[in-house]
Amino acid sequence: MTTASAVATLEQVLQRYEPVIGLEVHGQLLTRSKMFCGCSADYIGAPPNSNTCPVCLGLPGALPVINRVAVEYTVRTALALNCEIPEHSKFDRKNYFYPDLPKGYQISQWDMPLSLNGHLTVSVDGQEVRCGITRVHLEEDAGTLQHSGDILQQARSSLVDLNRAGVPLMEIVGEPDLRSSEQAREYLVRLRQILVYIGVNDGNLEQGSFRCDANVSLRRRGETGLGVKVEVKNMNSFRAVQRALDFEIIRQGRLLDQGVTIDQETRGWVEAKGATISQRGKEHAHDYRYFPEPDLPPMHLGADFVERVRAGIPELPQQLVERLQREHGLSAYDAAIVSAERDDARAFEELVGMGVPAKAAANWLMGEVARLSRESRTPLRSSGLGLAGLAALIKLVEGGRINGSTAKELLDELYLPGGDPAALVSERGLAQVSDQAELERLVDAVIAENPAAVADFRGGKEQALQRLVGGVMKATRGRADARAVTDLLRERLAP
Amino acid sequence: MSSDTVAELGARLRRGETTPEELARAARSDLESLARLNPVLRYTDELAARQAGRAARLLAEAPETAGPLCGIPFAYKDVLCVEGVETSAGSRILQGFIPPYTGTALGRLLDAGAVPVAVTNCDEFAMGSSNENSAYGAVGNPWDGSRVPGGSSGGSAAVVAAGAVPFSLGTDTGGSIRQPASFCGVAGFKPTYGRVSRYGLIAFASSLDQIGPFARSVDDIARVYSAIAGHDPHDSTSSPEAVEPVDEQLGRGVEGLRLGVPHEYMAEGLEPGVRVAVETALAELEKLGASIEEVSLPSTEAALSTYYIIAPAECSANLARMDGVRFGLHVDRPSVTDTYLETRGRGFGPEVKRRIMLGTYALSSGYYDAYYRQAQKVRTLIADEFDRAFEKVDALVCPTSPIVAFPKGDRSDPLSMYLCDVLTLPVNLAGLPGISVPCGVSGGLPVGLQVIGPRMQDARVLRVAQAYERETIWHTRTAPAADVPGAAQ
Repeated sequence: MTTASAVATLEQVLQRYEPVIGLEVHGQLLTRSKMFCGCSADYIGAPPNSNTCPVCLGLPGALPVINRVAVEYTVRTALALNCEIPEHSKFDRKNYFYPDLPKGYQISQWDMPLSLNGHLTVSVDGQEVRCGITRVHLEEDAGTLQHSGDILQQARSSLVDLNRAGVPLMEIVGEPDLRSSEQAREYLVRLRQILVYIGVNDGNLEQGSFRCDANVSLRRRGETGLGVKVEVKNMNSFRAVQRALDFEIIRQGRLLDQGVTIDQETRGWVEAKGATISQRGKEHAHDYRYFPEPDLPPMHLGADFVERVRAGIPELPQQLVERLQREHGLSAYDAAIVSAERDDARAFEELVGMGVPAKAAANWLMGEVARLSRESRTPLRSSGLGLAGLAALIKLVEGGRINGSTAKELLDELYLPGGDPAALVSERGLAQVSDQAELERLVDAVIAENPAAVADFRGGKEQALQRLVGGVMKATRGRADARAVTDLLRERLAP
Repeated sequence: MSSDTVAELGARLRRGETTPEELARAARSDLESLARLNPVLRYTDELAARQAGRAARLLAEAPETAGPLCGIPFAYKDVLCVEGVETSAGSRILQGFIPPYTGTALGRLLDAGAVPVAVTNCDEFAMGSSNENSAYGAVGNPWDGSRVPGGSSGGSAAVVAAGAVPFSLGTDTGGSIRQPASFCGVAGFKPTYGRVSRYGLIAFASSLDQIGPFARSVDDIARVYSAIAGHDPHDSTSSPEAVEPVDEQLGRGVEGLRLGVPHEYMAEGLEPGVRVAVETALAELEKLGASIEEVSLPSTEAALSTYYIIAPAECSANLARMDGVRFGLHVDRPSVTDTYLETRGRGFGPEVKRRIMLGTYALSSGYYDAYYRQAQKVRTLIADEFDRAFEKVDALVCPTSPIVAFPKGDRSDPLSMYLCDVLTLPVNLAGLPGISVPCGVSGGLPVGLQVIGPRMQDARVLRVAQAYERETIWHTRTAPAADVPGAAQ
């Protein structure tokens, strides 16, 4: 195989070229009302065009009014991302025609955004990567279109729904500081986690309340200049982002290997094809003709306001990870997993508050509870069992009253309907057989009834012991402590 | 009802000599008799009947709480949205557009019990100085039907001048209230930018537009202004400052006030008859105890080009929503781009297209700094010059327009039309209050005197205008109206 090839693999491309990646993230803000009118920002599920008013329909004569909470949420985000907050900021009009954009311009921010110069540090394979945040600014979302074809230009008809039009949208522009699809993915995971933690965004990639575009270019290893960049859109999951970036890195690498110049263009990720396809070339790039929004006076953000917002920022994920290790003795790994979702971390701390040992709380939450909550699409908090029920159940295990497998069965049974685990244990006689004499009697009986297995074990076949353990467990209907039974059997069968 | 003022009609209503219904009927019939001048686009009969009934009940049940506008008929410009009434901005592209909401200024008049009877003709999207740019035909001047009434609020000026309604609402972006007031011989007031809410006003240029009244006396102007002024949470550019009560200023005369005359506004280009009328008015004001002094506004020359960058830039964005997707004209084509092109191509008239093109160009990448940004700097300069002048004088007095009403078709060259507003548009660029009141005639046609005040000193502007008006007879003349010469088409 030659080094320059039209079929180079990702690894081969990466040997020769260094990817340069910058991400732009759009996050809908969890405000009650839209960005510039009183309509609800929660538009999901409303009948088409019902969640609208003259302002968000862009009717002649209607005027925007700034949603102050949206400004506060954006500043909160900016501060969490270590940005500076300039004293003066303003909105601008970004002009372009599209049927989902009712006014023919989007109210956005151009040269005086709400924040500048932040950074987010992420860790990939033990290596810390500091990614600069160019800016976090505020704008309004567009409506949604349903085409009878794939794209607007080929559609025979299109339906416009403006329920989403005017929902507050925050844009987080990252510097081109990322060097691999893994770093890009980790950056997004951490960014999403922060937004959810500080309560400004629900982090839903599938529904598009958290969206990402990527700018990707390659350069020869060792070079410092930037190559021609391609913008990639339409990635609806973390996995899609990583796949799309890898695809793009290979595509560009192969072209560069062949001496072909990369076109500066916008490409869309098509999940079904596992490929990006060209959407718009440089020659079709928009001239957005930004100018200051004359319907909105410039914003003045006083130091008092910024400090008040700063003081209101809840504990960030990294701070929580450190605290969980410090206060509850969790390992760095467990702490990171427990704090991945803010609500899990809260549940963890509440369980510990109810007297559940930290390690057990973490294991149950991350293991069985996570599985059940995923399978039943019901988070623990809204399940019938609830936090208190789970705490009671874990305590039964920890106190030695029931064994692990009984507990798992009870959890499965009680998760949705709820119930008192202790009462059920008594009612059904599920308590662990912990009487030593009783256990010895059962072990001896099983040894007597299974001479073949005993012979095998004594002959050096370790697995034979499992048959004997199984026999005891069967006799106790699973209520014995398997570990204790194993120990006892070894003791009895010792030469 | 010819030539009656709000005050006179109000007194007759309270004496029981007439009813709101009767006044509305009379206004409608007077307006119909003006048909040959074409100032009315449509009548608001249903709304008028409803409002007249409401006003009648209010006057009968609680006359002491009924304000001065209760039961008074009026007309408003076709750019103000009223729920359920077609509003087309003088354009084909909005033909059939019926707003589902009522704008703030109109809403306040309705709350005050005033009775809207008609929607008046205007230049398309308020772009013009002659009312010849209306998609629904030009308007004739009540003093001479072959001449223009001025623009863009030509219809609103004409119906007041002809005595069909005692007041009307217009909008002023570069002189669109004051210049037609001057051409038609009535009072027309543009309040301070931000004093009257723009919510419900179909925007031409957002940073310049302001709603204001036409009437036959400054007192009536003050009544309407007081009803519509004040902060509106729906318009972020409306001032939260409390409105200064006009009554405290009106009637105090001009004794001791210092009035400045910008010498750039009296330069060549002024029609001799206009110069004579304005100079006579200045002498009258001096006689009334004001001191008249010359001031300088050196950047006046740059105002026109500044205005014709900023206003088109804003309009190019404001009019983007007329895309045929949700309301108004829709020309169906297989592709969305062609639908846009055909709808907008057919829906907009030539002057609107010209300004959209100008504005789009001025904002384009590579030209923004040279045009839009530069214009904003000059705009600041112009505003600063006014501020400095107001350190020396209390108000400015000058002609409203360098010329009187001109014959229809006389100014087909856009630049000569733009020059009509050279004395009014600096006031919009600086966001100041300005009024035009009749101050004489030139060749049988009305001449207007403009009074300009500092920001938020609307009451002072009205005070100066009223002091002048009290001592002169120009505002008492009513246009010959229905049988006006030249009206027949």
